[in-house]
Amino acid sequence: MTTPAYPELNYLNATHGIRSWLLTKDHKRIALLYLISVTVFFGLGGMFAGLIRLELTTPAGDLLAADTYNKMFTMHGIVMIFFFLIPSIPAILGNFLIPIMIGAKDLAFPRINLLSWYIYIIGGSFTLYAIVVGGVDTGWTFYTPYSTSASNTNVLPTGIGIFITGFSSILTGLNFIVTIHRMRAPGLTWFRLPLFVWAHYATSLIQILGTPVVAITVLMLAAERAFGIGIFNPALGGDPVLFQHLFWFYSHPAVYIMILPAMGVISELVACFSRKPIFGYSFVAFSSLAIAVFGFLVWAHHMFVAGISPYAAMVFSFLSFAVAIPSAVKTFNWAATMYKGAIWLASPMIFVFGFLGLFTIGGLTGLFLASLGTDIHIHDTYFVVAHFHYIMVGGAIMGYLAGIHFYWPKITGRMYPEAWAKFSALAVFVGFNLTFFPQFILGYMGMPRRYHTYPPEFQVLNVLSSAGATILAVGYSIPLIYLLWSLKYGKVAGNNPWGATGLEWKTQSPPLTENFTETPIVTEEPYDYARQGAHVG
Amino acid sequence: MSGHVSPKSMYFTIFGALMFFTALTVGVAFVDLGHLNFPVALAIAITKATLVILFFMHVIHSSRLTKLIVATGFFFLLILFGLTMTDYLTRGIQPNGQKGSMITQH
Ligand SMILES: [Cu+2]
Repeated sequence: MTTPAYPELNYLNATHGIRSWLLTKDHKRIALLYLISVTVFFGLGGMFAGLIRLELTTPAGDLLAADTYNKMFTMHGIVMIFFFLIPSIPAILGNFLIPIMIGAKDLAFPRINLLSWYIYIIGGSFTLYAIVVGGVDTGWTFYTPYSTSASNTNVLPTGIGIFITGFSSILTGLNFIVTIHRMRAPGLTWFRLPLFVWAHYATSLIQILGTPVVAITVLMLAAERAFGIGIFNPALGGDPVLFQHLFWFYSHPAVYIMILPAMGVISELVACFSRKPIFGYSFVAFSSLAIAVFGFLVWAHHMFVAGISPYAAMVFSFLSFAVAIPSAVKTFNWAATMYKGAIWLASPMIFVFGFLGLFTIGGLTGLFLASLGTDIHIHDTYFVVAHFHYIMVGGAIMGYLAGIHFYWPKITGRMYPEAWAKFSALAVFVGFNLTFFPQFILGYMGMPRRYHTYPPEFQVLNVLSSAGATILAVGYSIPLIYLLWSLKYGKVAGNNPWGATGLEWKTQSPPLTENFTETPIVTEEPYDYARQGAHVG
Repeated sequence: MSGHVSPKSMYFTIFGALMFFTALTVGVAFVDLGHLNFPVALAIAITKATLVILFFMHVIHSSRLTKLIVATGFFFLLILFGLTMTDYLTRGIQPNGQKGSMITQH
């Protein structure tokens, strides 16, 4: 194999200067703008997490005062969810890849795409302002009436920040839906689309249908807090449980905004590194849509002990069990795809294995919480914290890292050091389990979440968890170093270093600004690895 | 996207209708209809919203896909209201079917 040459002309060097980036309409450059800003927020959220774990190494509240601790976990949650997890895969990988995967020059609305990044930055600035001037302590869930009438922290600027950022998410979703409907290359029928695109289509539906609800909810919260309009506060004639209904109507599906794109990444990688077409393509595709729709029917499983009626609790418990089915369909199909495949343990695939294990544990422990009886015991304990971190960190971030590693050669045209990437995948997996598995046990033993002190008998498990967080931090930091290193010193990747199918691998790496020299015509079925032949690399 | 151009008269007619319903809302507020107070106010509001969506937002002359998208939005609103009501309408009913002593809202 001859070393491929780095393409002389590409989207990175097509134009120069800071203006050419800040005013770009190229979806690939906007993806990189997102990559940088989202990484900054990830670092910030990680710093808050570090302080939380440091505080919890001892049973006494000796590092952070109680109210400072409240601010730490609140800001950790807000930054990680609204400013890292929700935009991460769609706004970076989705933005970069969807037009290329469907053979288009750009998204349907390039200017709106750029606008969505500016909205994200403006919303982020409001939240950063709130953090700098003293923070907020309501928990990322903003439960009323505490958030409207008791908390004396910066609830309003944070709320405004989240309200604004929501529109960035809506615009991205809108852009994707229109693009997928209108801009597919000739021959690229719906059932020839990469499953990554299906997953993003489903994600976009949630973003468009769900985000306005949380925006209005935050607005009502602001109206009650600022003007005393009685919506949620019982003293003013409101109902605090109504806030929880409205909040979770968005915030449960929001978990699927985080995990569906990761599932899309996993589908691509499992097929590529097993050298087999994906097993049950249409089931995997439709399970994405099923998750998007049924994900809207389960929200009150967060409220079983909040005073909802026993009848409603039973309805939502049943529906929550039902929503596990499409996720299970995906997991079984991935396993069936790998069965008798020629598995290639390249670094992105190691992250995929991490995803599969952690997401499965996260999903199954969700069923514990969906059971009415069990939930009463473990509600608001560390069991819940462990559960959703297995989904959102073990699932979504693993998928994100898998995708970043898989598509890095396409994005930058260069390879990263494979051994370091494998080491990072391993460190993340080990660190993650050490951090969060003890929390399942702690929660089951009755340690509540959101306290800065705990009884001494819980210390061993908490120290293990904090030690794991250190390893996790190392696992997340190494890629930052070697990926940056690869920009200059990495081996030139060539068009298709993984020997993968799909239009994105047929164009040069990094692609031209217009992605293709001529509009591609699709004649192949998706994931045609049988025809693709033996492995490259 | 059908390129349909509506005559100005249509906009004025709809505007007139919206003004009429606004006046009606205010008028009805002075009449005590008992249980019907809320449903009547809501019915007027829904009528006005429908007029705006169909005519001012041009949905009536749009493609079927656009109509489907609009309908989907309202379907999700129905889910939000409907499933929330599974809670509010059954507060105080115990699993054994009897009215319990739970404190009901309002
Ligand atoms: Cu949930």
